[in-house]
Amino acid sequence: MKKLLLSLVCLAVLVFIAVFAYALWPTHTAALQPPADLADAALVARGKYLADAGDCTACHTANDGKPFAGGLPIASPIGTLYSTNITPSKTQGIGNYSLNDFERALRHGIAANGDSLYLAMPYPSYARVSDDDLKALYAYFMHGIAPVEQANRANDVPWPLSMRWPLALWRKWLAPAPEQAKFDAARYSDPAVARGAYLVQGLGHCGSCHTPRAPTLQERALDESGAQYLAGGPHIDGWLAVNLRSNDATGLGAWSIDDIVTTLRSGRNPHRAVLGEAMGNVVQHSTQYLSDADLTAIAKYLKTLPASPGETSRFKADPATAQALASGQENSRGAQLYLDNCAACHRSNGLGNAHVFPAIAGNSTVLAGDPVSLIRLVLVGAKLQGNAAAPSPLGMPGFAWRLSDDDAAQLLTFIRQSWGN
Amino acid sequence: MANIQPKVDAVIVGMGWTGAILAKELTDAGLNVVAFERGADRDTQPDFAYPRVVDELEGSVHRRYLQSLAQETVTVRHTPTATAVPYRQMGSFKPGTGVGGAGSHWSGCHFRALPEDFKLRSNVEQRYGRNFIPQDMTIQDFPVSYDDLEPHFDHFEYVCGTSGKAGVINGVKQPGGNPFEGSRSREFPLGPNPSYLGAEMFYKAAREVGYNPYPIPASNASAAYVNPYGCQMGPCNFCGFCSDYGCLNYSKASPNACILPVLRLRKQFELRTHSQVLKVNLDSDGKKATGVTYLDAQGRECEQPAELVLLCAFSLYNVHLMLLSGVGKPYDPASGEGTVGRNYSYQNLNRVMMFFGKDTQANGFIGIGGGGTTIDDLNGNQLDNGKAGFVGGGIIWARQPGSGPVRGVSVPSGTPNWGPQWKKAAADAFRHSFYYEVQGACMSYRQHYLSLDPTYRDAFGRPLLRMTFDWHDNEIKASQFLVNKALDMCKVLSPQSMAGDAKKAGGHYDITKYQSTHTCGGAIMGSDPKTSALNRYLQSWDVHNVFVIGANAFPQNNGYNPTGMVGALAYWAATAIREQYLKKPGPLVQA
Repeated sequence: MKKLLLSLVCLAVLVFIAVFAYALWPTHTAALQPPADLADAALVARGKYLADAGDCTACHTANDGKPFAGGLPIASPIGTLYSTNITPSKTQGIGNYSLNDFERALRHGIAANGDSLYLAMPYPSYARVSDDDLKALYAYFMHGIAPVEQANRANDVPWPLSMRWPLALWRKWLAPAPEQAKFDAARYSDPAVARGAYLVQGLGHCGSCHTPRAPTLQERALDESGAQYLAGGPHIDGWLAVNLRSNDATGLGAWSIDDIVTTLRSGRNPHRAVLGEAMGNVVQHSTQYLSDADLTAIAKYLKTLPASPGETSRFKADPATAQALASGQENSRGAQLYLDNCAACHRSNGLGNAHVFPAIAGNSTVLAGDPVSLIRLVLVGAKLQGNAAAPSPLGMPGFAWRLSDDDAAQLLTFIRQSWGN
Repeated sequence: MANIQPKVDAVIVGMGWTGAILAKELTDAGLNVVAFERGADRDTQPDFAYPRVVDELEGSVHRRYLQSLAQETVTVRHTPTATAVPYRQMGSFKPGTGVGGAGSHWSGCHFRALPEDFKLRSNVEQRYGRNFIPQDMTIQDFPVSYDDLEPHFDHFEYVCGTSGKAGVINGVKQPGGNPFEGSRSREFPLGPNPSYLGAEMFYKAAREVGYNPYPIPASNASAAYVNPYGCQMGPCNFCGFCSDYGCLNYSKASPNACILPVLRLRKQFELRTHSQVLKVNLDSDGKKATGVTYLDAQGRECEQPAELVLLCAFSLYNVHLMLLSGVGKPYDPASGEGTVGRNYSYQNLNRVMMFFGKDTQANGFIGIGGGGTTIDDLNGNQLDNGKAGFVGGGIIWARQPGSGPVRGVSVPSGTPNWGPQWKKAAADAFRHSFYYEVQGACMSYRQHYLSLDPTYRDAFGRPLLRMTFDWHDNEIKASQFLVNKALDMCKVLSPQSMAGDAKKAGGHYDITKYQSTHTCGGAIMGSDPKTSALNRYLQSWDVHNVFVIGANAFPQNNGYNPTGMVGALAYWAATAIREQYLKKPGPLVQA
């Protein structure tokens, strides 16, 4: 008995040592040839464009902080992480990173000291970034931004969760090897679609929010090979990440290429607007700066994704609600609340007004199976951010101060069942 | 001076229409601009959010969006020998505060002055002789013409999404518009708003009498609209909460909805709210401003040095700051010398009330601040002043800005002020009555002026501005004439009862009764530095790097609402600063 126990312990120790060794075993990465002139203005400018496309600033610049100096708190299940300083400071930032160090961090999730990065860094997506783009990004981070002498803030993650080596296991088991993830444009018939796929899957890392994740936290798919790719569903800061596939009711099925381009450029289109700060910031810091060609490419690629299976929502316009409201016949509590709170802008026909007040009839946020965004919108409100293409910070007020839980439920039930919703 | 801020290219005092226009234009020109606003920052969300903002008690009784008279106000008297007392409750006029200023709580009536309004004195002298103008009337020609301002009227209308119907485009008359207006270079950006029932009746009555009714130009968008700056406006939903309120719907043009979205994205623009400018600082010989002294949001006295100082506060407070700072010489009515405070004028507003039977559904709670219809047949050169016996004309309009129980219900004259009879009359009248208004010009006079009060001080220890103003025989005659014309016209509609409130001979200016916020003059533009504080570019004659933008520049007031003219003058001045002053700082007109 004692012997058995001892051999079990020995086995466990051996397994642990093997696993531990596997975790620590160095990952081989390719060596890249640095560009001849790293400070070349055109190269640095291209790197800036790509950094915008990758929205690096979203995590690496704190609110009111210096650009790329890190320090933004990022909530995670194991504790609060703080983004790092990625300015070219030699003491606090990545000023001592070689091109290959940079490549390992970006595509493999390995810091210069060998630590594996937390999943907050979307390296499984960035693994698709081409060698040329990687070099341009490196040039930008070395020569395009000012070094900031700001120390990194330690993560608030308690031991033993703070140990980094288990992250290496995750990386080795669940993240794609960059050699395999390498982007192959030949898979797409249209070069514009291929460009869109490259941006969406790679630097855009759209799937980080818009693709549901497995219990082991990897995205269900990293490209169109999986039917759950960009199918929406995760809650991001309390808002529902929307379905970007061609589902008619809850996805982009009814959206034109132009609708998508306009939304990425300005946070809104004539019929819809971005909800929540998370996507608002993506537009603000990233997509508004992309070229028309790249935004069109992104839109074209998204439009190639077929509807995800299992959608239950449908919309078929029905004039009955508008007729009933206009003639004063609709006297349910929900309808009364709608007239008192919503109809001033969204009108009794639920169609709102193009460019200003989104239609409720056929609205994907209203039709979504998961009503979290709609509930939050009605209670808390939302406001667009102004930008160069659309400076007006249009918004909707929250109604939590005047609706009881029951009122809100009745109102939302009315909205979700009217005008053909 | 404990706290001296880094010098900037320009400071702007006040973030209403003129401040926002100047900030936009000067940041376009690459200048670094710091704007001071005494009140809070305000934006549609969250400050004017539906349905919180449509609260009559808060907006029209507690005056949430208006300036605090406990901090700053004016004192008022009727004659230069009387003792003025402070204006302690909002009555006759309603200056705003906070970002947007009066431009956020206006109604939206957006007129251009008539070409003849710009040359009032010479026009009247030419038509009726020099002696037709009363001795004490100090009216002057504007030093600019309608044609000078046409591009700026036009641009401001496009910024505001003004809804209307042109009457004359490039000299060609257009059906449905005002046939008497100055020629426009193009149509309004948006078509007119729909007519309410009272406006439809006005069209009928006016046409029967032979007048030429046209839609009031309204900066209440009749459709969704994107202005030249990219700002989005929404279509007006006739909620009836314009005057006294910020717009919940992005429909009423305001600095907040139409200009600030762009300014807020600009790095060269800094807005400091809750910052009270106390005075303009001058250099040792008083010829050049060095900046302003202000109290910051924490109440600390600070100095902001600047190359250019733009006074863009409400007209009265622009004059107040000039007097407090020694920018120009104060006006003395006895000698007629000095210019700052000279030619204060107002607006001659009157009302005709009509009560109809129960088959006339007025629905007075529906409203568009600037919507409705009006006539120019008794305004400008259409009116034979010689026959009428007074200088200046006016307009009659049907306008329903929206009413409600808290804002008051008009009842037929003879109704008791309380009790069951009042209740019945109020219930009947609220849904079945209309009022039309008569808005007359107001001339300027030697004895009507603005000065510093010798007794009363504001919360910051500065003497209050003192207003000396009363109704002159000329305006009383005009009121009676125009109200009678309106009553004659309304007879066509056969109301059950009807009453006008024309001013009575010998009557006095009543500061407790609202009569429009169109306070004008006090620092007027002119071509002679002896009789005007500002030159034709709204530049101080005395301190060349101070420009004073607002209705303070009107030598007298015409029959229209001033905002269209104020916006046009702001763009006119901004153009002069950009194209002339910045290239060669100094007086733009040699005295």
